[in-house]
Amino acid sequence: MSLPDVDVAGAARTRHPLRWVASIVLLVLGAQLVSLLVTNPNFQWDVVGRYVNAQIIGQGIFTTLLLTVIAMAVGVVLGVLLAIGRLSENPVARAACGLYVWFFRGTPVLVQLVLWYNLSYLLPEISFGVPFGPEFVSADTNVLITPLLAAILGLGLNEGAYMAEIIRGGLMSVDHGQTEAASALGMSGARTFRRIVLPQAMRFIIPPTGSQVISMLKATSLVSVIALADLLYTVQSIYNRTFQTIPLLIVACLWYLMITSILYVGQSFIERHYARGATRNAPQSFWSFLTFRRRPTPEVPS
Amino acid sequence: MTVPMVRARGVRKHFGHLEVLKGIDLEVWQGEVVVVLGPSGSGKSTFLRCVNHLETIDGGSIHVDGELIGFEASGGRVRHLRRRQVTRQRREIGMVFQQFNLFPHYTVVQNVIEAPVGVRGEPRDQAKERAHALLRRVGLEEKAHVYPRQLSGGQQQRVAIARALAMRPKLMLFDEPTSALDPELVGEVLAVMKGLAEDGLTMIVVTHEIGFAREVADRVVFMDDGVVVESGVPSDVLDRPQSPRTKAFLGRVL
Ligand SMILES: Nc1ncnc2c1ncn2[C@@H]1O[C@H](COP(=O)(O)OP(=O)(O)OP(=O)(O)O)[C@@H](O)[C@H]1O
Ligand SMILES: [Mg+2]
Repeated sequence: MSLPDVDVAGAARTRHPLRWVASIVLLVLGAQLVSLLVTNPNFQWDVVGRYVNAQIIGQGIFTTLLLTVIAMAVGVVLGVLLAIGRLSENPVARAACGLYVWFFRGTPVLVQLVLWYNLSYLLPEISFGVPFGPEFVSADTNVLITPLLAAILGLGLNEGAYMAEIIRGGLMSVDHGQTEAASALGMSGARTFRRIVLPQAMRFIIPPTGSQVISMLKATSLVSVIALADLLYTVQSIYNRTFQTIPLLIVACLWYLMITSILYVGQSFIERHYARGATRNAPQSFWSFLTFRRRPTPEVPS
Repeated sequence: MTVPMVRARGVRKHFGHLEVLKGIDLEVWQGEVVVVLGPSGSGKSTFLRCVNHLETIDGGSIHVDGELIGFEASGGRVRHLRRRQVTRQRREIGMVFQQFNLFPHYTVVQNVIEAPVGVRGEPRDQAKERAHALLRRVGLEEKAHVYPRQLSGGQQQRVAIARALAMRPKLMLFDEPTSALDPELVGEVLAVMKGLAEDGLTMIVVTHEIGFAREVADRVVFMDDGVVVESGVPSDVLDRPQSPRTKAFLGRVL
């Protein structure tokens, strides 16, 4: 039996009729959405346009960003410490950090916020001293816990529990041989952590942390319950006066979307930095996601 | 009177109920190359890891260049060394692993200078210069600026050797350095190790490469079940083994 002589160059492409159907359906739905946005007067786009650049909105955005940055910073620092604690050889530290994560992940952040805000009912005075013994300093809780501090505590302490799990997962994903090689070279534990383990763990830590930042940005809107003038609270206080509820909520959403888009771009840059040496292929350019052409991955000379 | 580079006396180690080392005695002299042979699970890796205190021994003692490893003996009392002191001792002992364990997020030259610069405080320029010389020695100077994952296994292992040498160790430990390599890559790594032996570096090598043992080793040690069964010059141990256990092992690997 002889095989036929075939050349596959110039073969006809496979047809995908279902893809065409799906695309057309989606395009029609998209067109309807656009027409709804344009023709429905209840969106009051003129009101949106008037408020989107208003100074008072800018102040709200500033508060939102400030809270996001500080609460995230608290969360990351706490997360690193808790992760180290949970991975340490000290059983007391392990249990304490585990308990912390259990508690703060297991209760709603809204409850935590309100609790911090109302801490004075529980502890009228905050003092430092020996347990059951003398006090060194003390202060009135109502003076100490401002709404901003309550928000930072509520969001930051809660974030610490989530970051601890993310960081712990990242640290555990680094091969034990790395620590061993560093020890064999005479590197200290702290140096090994900083120079060898953490940078490699970052590859696994950055993507979920990016999602956490975006969640945090939106979670800051919860602080409106403790009367802190963030972006959402600001638009609420406007539409409570003017009853232009929908357009003002659109203003808030536009800004939230704007900020998350910027965060997304920033995250891509950071991810690329920590991907150094992670694959055999040369790193792809950041802007490559803009080009639809599929480039052949460069062959690495060996 | 001189002291041996390594002196192990009655070294014991167990993991839980499993007794892995049951009293290892071994002396390695300055400039000597000792190849350790033995079946899987006989405790070869464990012993090597005890020498640089990656494992803490449970009994006996290990001295490297006259210094007690991992412990401190004074006035008839023995105590564990602090972590910082152990770290200092490890700087004098290079180790090469079966799985290379290069730092994947650093380029080849960064791998080599990381410890000399970060641990010994050597000036970066000087460390780089030495790194390039070391890479030339292992035949990889042109790979200085690539990442480890872009190298073949044999090339990675040669970088790992250069990285260990950059600390100017008195003693080098090799734990099956060619076992993870494709057969055609084994030779390039063994050639580098042979060069080091000829330059007079003191080496303990765990390997299954009998040819390397015959050609390069000053002494071959056969370990089985946590003890040194037999030790001597390669021709004696490999060609005229005394113990039936050695005979059985060699019969399987030769
Ligand atoms: N960290 C550990 N915990 C528990 N058991 C261990 C540990 N390390 C080694 N062992 C056990 O100790 C024994 C000796 O191990 P070791 O790795 O020293 O053997 P080896 O001679 O190097 O073997 P191979 O040729 O397979 O590498 C094995 O039974 C192993 O399972
Ligand atoms: Mg082994």
